[in-house]
Amino acid sequence: MKHIKTINKANLKQSAEKGGCGKCQASCQSACKTSCTVANQKCERDS
Amino acid sequence: MIHKFYQNGLYILLDVNSGGVHVIDKLSYRLLDLVQPPLSENCPQDAVDALSGEFDINDIEECYHELYQLYEQKLLFSEDDYEKFALTAVASPIKALCLLVALDCNLRCEYCFAGKGDYGKGRTLMDLDTAKRAIDFLVEKSANRRMLEVDFFGGEPLMNFEVVKQTVLYARSLEEKLDKKFRFTVTTNGLLLDDEKIDFINKEMYNVVLSVDGRKCINDRMRKRVDGSGSYDSFMPKFKKFAALRGDKEYYVRGTYTKYNLDFTNDIMSLYDEGFDQISIEPVIADEKEPYALSESELPEIFAEYERLADRLRGIRGQGKHINFFHFMLDLDQGPCAIKRLRGCGCGNEYAAVTPDGGIYPCHQFAGIEEYKMGSINDGTFNTEMKLDFARAHVYSKPECKKCWAKFYCSGGCNANNYLYAGDILNAYRLSCEIEKKRLECALTLKAEKLLAENE
Repeated sequence: MKHIKTINKANLKQSAEKGGCGKCQASCQSACKTSCTVANQKCERDS
Repeated sequence: MIHKFYQNGLYILLDVNSGGVHVIDKLSYRLLDLVQPPLSENCPQDAVDALSGEFDINDIEECYHELYQLYEQKLLFSEDDYEKFALTAVASPIKALCLLVALDCNLRCEYCFAGKGDYGKGRTLMDLDTAKRAIDFLVEKSANRRMLEVDFFGGEPLMNFEVVKQTVLYARSLEEKLDKKFRFTVTTNGLLLDDEKIDFINKEMYNVVLSVDGRKCINDRMRKRVDGSGSYDSFMPKFKKFAALRGDKEYYVRGTYTKYNLDFTNDIMSLYDEGFDQISIEPVIADEKEPYALSESELPEIFAEYERLADRLRGIRGQGKHINFFHFMLDLDQGPCAIKRLRGCGCGNEYAAVTPDGGIYPCHQFAGIEEYKMGSINDGTFNTEMKLDFARAHVYSKPECKKCWAKFYCSGGCNANNYLYAGDILNAYRLSCEIEKKRLECALTLKAEKLLAENE
């Protein structure tokens, strides 16, 4: 495309379909004790 | 829903519901002000008319066609169909526990949300029996979750190091038998770090948070010793020794900025100059009556400072060096699933805190608030109704979040801050929201620049 470059996989919808396993870290447990940023957590699903 | 913004020469478009991030040109940016879903195949004439004085008509139609292609691919104005997942994790096991092993501290930080360390409950240390019962509580409530997290927090947890150590050993002794794996973390001001503690922490702790606010003058203004003197010179040599011995294992230096250092980029750079490259500096959350508190009137200055920080990080990256600022970390492809993003930290539902008297609270920030006491590990009480209330606190039950473009990145914010400063766990705390949104825009810009450079 000339006017638009899509830079990621845009896979949020697919992530919902096989998501919710709950294996990921609780997001306030790392460096972030007083404010909540979730999008920087890793997905830890086995496969 | 879309969100678009311009930063550092890039026009960036986020399609909120697909998670698609697009770098667009000025024409696309302008055109998006003039079209609304559902899109038709041909560019609306009024949009062509509005832009034809500034752009070539063929370009406008070509650009619209590209937008339409994205729309057809469900990467633009994609549907919000996640609400059906909002109740997915309602019956979630508890997988993480914050152990407030010391309601006492050897610092008297001005901004401490824990009432200078004791959460208003009097200075107490958790005994080992209570800590072990807390581990048992976590194991019991974790059902089939294998990976469990325990954070040692305070006050200053190293004031009760023997209990930290024995609790870790106790939990480790259960791992094989119960097929559980514990990940321990600790947050410390570093004053009591010595060789023995460093060895133990580096062996056992998955992540470590070292508290420091940045420049010595800034740190010492807020992070004072009991006698009122500054703390920087006491802990910094210990932090450096710790980091040197830590190797590749995770740790962060983490600080707080206040109204006194709205130039907090300088604090982050000071920490970088001291040799740290994993850094989190966060806004103070405090009653606006406090002299150091942030308020909405500071937002323009704070926004400009985050852009200045992004620029400094850009410069460091340009030199082939690395600095990781926690709130600019963003994985656009392999991050958490949409279901995780609906309720963020999971406090009160997947995550709880235990105080030295055995009290169970939704998280460390709620500790000591009687209204939010969920039960006690001493008498086995646990308020499952309250757990349900927290499970139901997701981005679709929070009216401001439901309509916000950032909802899948902050996941509804901090429930404790919402309660304390906006009156209800379901009310968004606007100051935090605005800061979070700005950080996300900076993070998206830095990420877009990196990905564009890689694809060139």
